[in-house]
Amino acid sequence: MAARKKKLSIIASRGTLDWAYPPLIHASTAAALGYDTEIFFTSYGVELVKQTPRLKTTAIGNPGMPMPVQLPVLLQAMPGMQSVMTMLMKQKLKSKGVMSIEQLRALCLESGVKMIACEMTLDLFDIDQSDLLDDVTTAGIATYLEFAGKSHISLTF
Amino acid sequence: MAQYDHELDASGLNCPLPILRARKSLGEMKQNQTLHIIATDPGSVKDFEAFTKQTNNQLLSSTEIDGQFNFVIKKT
Repeated sequence: MAARKKKLSIIASRGTLDWAYPPLIHASTAAALGYDTEIFFTSYGVELVKQTPRLKTTAIGNPGMPMPVQLPVLLQAMPGMQSVMTMLMKQKLKSKGVMSIEQLRALCLESGVKMIACEMTLDLFDIDQSDLLDDVTTAGIATYLEFAGKSHISLTF
Repeated sequence: MAQYDHELDASGLNCPLPILRARKSLGEMKQNQTLHIIATDPGSVKDFEAFTKQTNNQLLSSTEIDGQFNFVIKKT
């Protein structure tokens, strides 16, 4: 009965509040289903594993985002709009009982999800390893590929 | 009323929380014990089917009463 454990590898490359959820939700669920799960945080995705992530959202460049009031794109670019959109998104998430990113990633780690931050991104953006969560290791794409190559599913966000 | 070994109230919780809580509860249970889960997330109906299939546990029942979903899972 000892079937080979299934593996899921995920690339998280976005650093916005809305896009922070998909990789972490998929990872935590997969871990609950018994998958060996690994997330490679690269590019702006590294923000998700910082000690204090600075995550915001904007409707600009994201026309699919449901809005309480449809605003012309130019108005969405007004000063303060990003903070307003971020606040509205946070309210929405809270009202639907969705966990915060901090809670969700802690849950992922608790469930055994392995998190790797891209070495090159840290170097590029001068991010110190001490800025990241203690449980996050840093490595390059070769390390990611080693796991991804053995994975049954690979997702990119 | 049927008796279950463990109860889990996942009302008001959204995907993936009911699944995560269920896995945690099952992890603390002994083999052949039953877990009764209450959820309000409509997605949980299909999700618990998929969950039990993939984790080799047994879904004994899945019922809905007034928007409340009840699942009974036997740990195998």
